[in-house]
Amino acid sequence: MLGSPRYFYTFSSRVLPWLVPIAVLTLAAGLVWGLAFAPSDYQQGNSYRIIFIHVPASSGALMGYMALGVSGLVAVVWRMKMAEVMLKAIAPFGAALAAISLVTGALWGKPTWGTYWQWDARMTSMLILLFMYVGVIALQAVIRDPRQAARAAGLLAMVGVINVVIVKYSVEWVQTLHQGSTLKMFGESTIDPAMKYPLLLSMLGLWLLYAVNVLLRARTEVIWRERRSKWVNKLVKEDNR
Amino acid sequence: MNAFRAALGRELLVLWRSPAEIINPLFFFVMVISLFPLAISPKPELLATVAPGVLWVAALLAVMLSLDGLFRRDQESGVLDMLLTAPVMPVVPVLAKLLAHWLLTGLPLVLISPLLGHMLQLPDAALGTVMLSLLLGTPALTIVGAIGAALTVGLNRGGILLAVLVLPLYIPVLIFGAGAVSAAAGGANVDGILAILGALLALTISLGPLAVSAGLKISSGN
Repeated sequence: MLGSPRYFYTFSSRVLPWLVPIAVLTLAAGLVWGLAFAPSDYQQGNSYRIIFIHVPASSGALMGYMALGVSGLVAVVWRMKMAEVMLKAIAPFGAALAAISLVTGALWGKPTWGTYWQWDARMTSMLILLFMYVGVIALQAVIRDPRQAARAAGLLAMVGVINVVIVKYSVEWVQTLHQGSTLKMFGESTIDPAMKYPLLLSMLGLWLLYAVNVLLRARTEVIWRERRSKWVNKLVKEDNR
Repeated sequence: MNAFRAALGRELLVLWRSPAEIINPLFFFVMVISLFPLAISPKPELLATVAPGVLWVAALLAVMLSLDGLFRRDQESGVLDMLLTAPVMPVVPVLAKLLAHWLLTGLPLVLISPLLGHMLQLPDAALGTVMLSLLLGTPALTIVGAIGAALTVGLNRGGILLAVLVLPLYIPVLIFGAGAVSAAAGGANVDGILAILGALLALTISLGPLAVSAGLKISSGN
């Protein structure tokens, strides 16, 4: 059902009025809680607070590329139209998040490590992730036929996902400066609960905002692709009335 | 197997008859490397430190640039459409094409690399590792780059776009390739790093031709 562009359009019209306020409120609550009310760190003082932007952005960028890879698989193997639309919709916000992750990481690195940049495993992986987002966007920009562009980008994203994993492990034997994950899906997190909950909240908020962005982009793309179809023309007429 | 041999023979012959495509990457490799002593400094100890990276980056760029026109002639002459209209994935002819291309453009880079390594003041003990790492690495670079070449075959502005697509994918091979040479220059054992390079090569040989075929199908609108 979700594979049909028309169904997607009506479905997202119903979801968005709910999703937008929930995303904005969650993100705002997480950020205000984290930036203003969470306790300061006993070693890093207040400079650690950038974590409430840095970690959500990094996780969003990673998840976005994984989603690109999955959409790529669906688009190349099953040629599903909505997966092709998703390939176009997911990439820009993910690239922006990767850039935000790099910038906030650099700003955080200066007071804590004494340097803006180190060729450490995680930073290098994020930089390469940004490069690969750029590749996916650039390839889609030059191929004229939208279906062909999406499938080409999808194949690139699939190769890219394999590459992300290999890069992650191949840079790890270079001395790593970055701290390990403080949030753990299983087992005890090494972060204080007073910091953990605002962090989880801002992560959730940013992911929801990402979802909103993807839905909006996908809707525009669907309308453009289906501009000659009856249902879009009917929609336009109703809108003009 | 017969189909593979026939395709390989054809590709070798076609490449052999356009010697510029074989010689240019080789000269590119030599020229780029000779820029570094002029640009950085001819001091032997400094050159020896940067040599592994310089050798590997230059080889990587030479392989990548040689791939730009990999499928273009086949596309212009219609051979590509013939391959793609067949009911099976064109993995066999693609593999033959990649092998032929590597034999005539990648292998010469491997063969000349000890000379260039020596000119960059690498210790003699590391020159074997230079060759071995390039021998394992350049085929992987050829195959991964061919995915990018397949995706951009119909576009008239290959060069820079190909680089943007392919360079991030080259990074693991570059890290282990240059890492092996650095380790060898420092007198360390490099078996482990070379084994990882071999593993990357095995991965690209097994999955790469599939991805290249799929890319060609997408580019030709099938």
